[in-house]
Amino acid sequence: MIPLRQIAHARSGDKGNSANIAVFARDPADYIWLRDHLTAAVVQSYFAPLNPGPTTRHEAPNLDALNFVLPAVLGGGGSSSLRLDAQGKTLAMALLEMPVSYPETTPAEHTD
Amino acid sequence: MPRPLTVANAAGFWGDQPDAAARLVAARPDLDYLTLDYLAEVSLSIMAAMRAKDPLSGYARDFVDVLRSLVPFYQGGGKTRIVTNAGGLDPLACATACCEVLHTAGLAHLKIAFVSGDDVLALVQREPEAFAHLETGAFLAPLASRVVTANAYLGAGPIATALLAGADVVITGRTADPSLTFGPCLAHFGWATTDWHPIAGATVAGHLIECGTQVCGGFSTDWLELPDPHDIGFPIVEISADGSCVITKPASTGGAVTVPTVKEQLLYEISDPANYLSPDVTVSFLTLKVASVGENRVRVSGAAGRAPTDSYKVSATYRDGYKAHGLLTLYGHDAVKKARAAGEGLLRRLASRGVTFRETLVECLGTGASVQGLGQSSKDSELIETVLRVSVAADKKEPVEHFTKEIAPLVTCGPQGVTGYATGRPKVLPIFAYWPCLIPKAQVTPQFQLLDLP
Repeated sequence: MIPLRQIAHARSGDKGNSANIAVFARDPADYIWLRDHLTAAVVQSYFAPLNPGPTTRHEAPNLDALNFVLPAVLGGGGSSSLRLDAQGKTLAMALLEMPVSYPETTPAEHTD
Repeated sequence: MPRPLTVANAAGFWGDQPDAAARLVAARPDLDYLTLDYLAEVSLSIMAAMRAKDPLSGYARDFVDVLRSLVPFYQGGGKTRIVTNAGGLDPLACATACCEVLHTAGLAHLKIAFVSGDDVLALVQREPEAFAHLETGAFLAPLASRVVTANAYLGAGPIATALLAGADVVITGRTADPSLTFGPCLAHFGWATTDWHPIAGATVAGHLIECGTQVCGGFSTDWLELPDPHDIGFPIVEISADGSCVITKPASTGGAVTVPTVKEQLLYEISDPANYLSPDVTVSFLTLKVASVGENRVRVSGAAGRAPTDSYKVSATYRDGYKAHGLLTLYGHDAVKKARAAGEGLLRRLASRGVTFRETLVECLGTGASVQGLGQSSKDSELIETVLRVSVAADKKEPVEHFTKEIAPLVTCGPQGVTGYATGRPKVLPIFAYWPCLIPKAQVTPQFQLLDLP
């Protein structure tokens, strides 16, 4: 297991009570592996303690990116949320700490 | 073919670095435009609260100081024009204050225009049933009497016409962030209203620079590896007639414009990249190409545009009670255990006096509190220090006020090792809840006016 950050970079931001987390393959060759393993269900369950709501995922292969939208993850969002991170600034960093079973050999050999 | 247009961003939010504009024009006096974005989702409700105390303060006063900082540049013959949404709730008052700065400085030849028509509060209050919550579908009617602000995100149209009418400074209220950049492009390139691809490209360019340094490495995953991350340059975008653009930054500034920093900002605060909605155009990001074309130069091309929707997005806000956050630092063995006991105990003591809240939260900073429950930090028992953060919210002000007086007493009645209480009592903050909704474009009349002070 390795932390996701070794193969991806990311950025998160808010809109109302929802946040998005865009995850980018550091090496474009890893995009397919990310697409196959970093599903909406995986991300929703990872953030379960924050009650993210039904999470959707958008694919942007031209940017080597997956964009996750967590519709209720901010505890009210904006000025309503009592949380320290009411704007989801830390969510990308949190997701990048997620341990993933990335293959030790090159991903190309594992993705068919 | 018209030459490329250079547009810089000198403010990504209300509170950004005050010297960014002056530094940008000092480094690049040839810039065509500076854009400055001041309005986040609930900024206008903060301005409403300010205006309630002082009728002439319903805008981002910071911008007047920025303009003052540019006086020597304009006195020296600088030509860079400015587009900003600093007008907030009162673009006329902002424009008037700016006009006074220019007149005093002998720069009365510079023309200021302001854009209005975004304020749809009266309409929302009159017909709240027409403004369902964009995400939840909930009805606004039960909250109608508490609505404080309602502003439509206008497009680039009035900005472009103001510039074509000769404005040097255009001050808007609520305007879609990328339209601050697309407006100058529209005036410069004279695209037809259906030239969707270049319009989409210029909108992407505006989206990329709207958050200031964020596209130049600010807020990036690999921030620590950037050159000189202590002084990241503000972004400059060079937009071509086909809508493609090159993102760059002034020489001798920190940070970096790289494919990763640009890609991160492309998807910042975006939901579906196939349907990026602006009032000017709907854009697909799925055809974009992002390529390095030199040191700190990244080209973004291939934006695919199509006709926008027939409605404007509206940011409305309504009063929703009060909140306060109290902070105390705890040092010593079992710091986290003690902090939690102190915070929860305080709430229990208040409850025993009949002081209750609709929502409370106890967080121990240093334990991974930003994402409480994800279990990413070291063991709580290993922490020698934590910051206790206790938050409360209530419909009425009184219980919240009571709470703010009970934080400092923890220094004497709480565990040993409590410190960091010298900043005084926490503030009682009004909560302005966010209500995004839509309004048919036909019901809104965006317009501009050149300011003509005697």
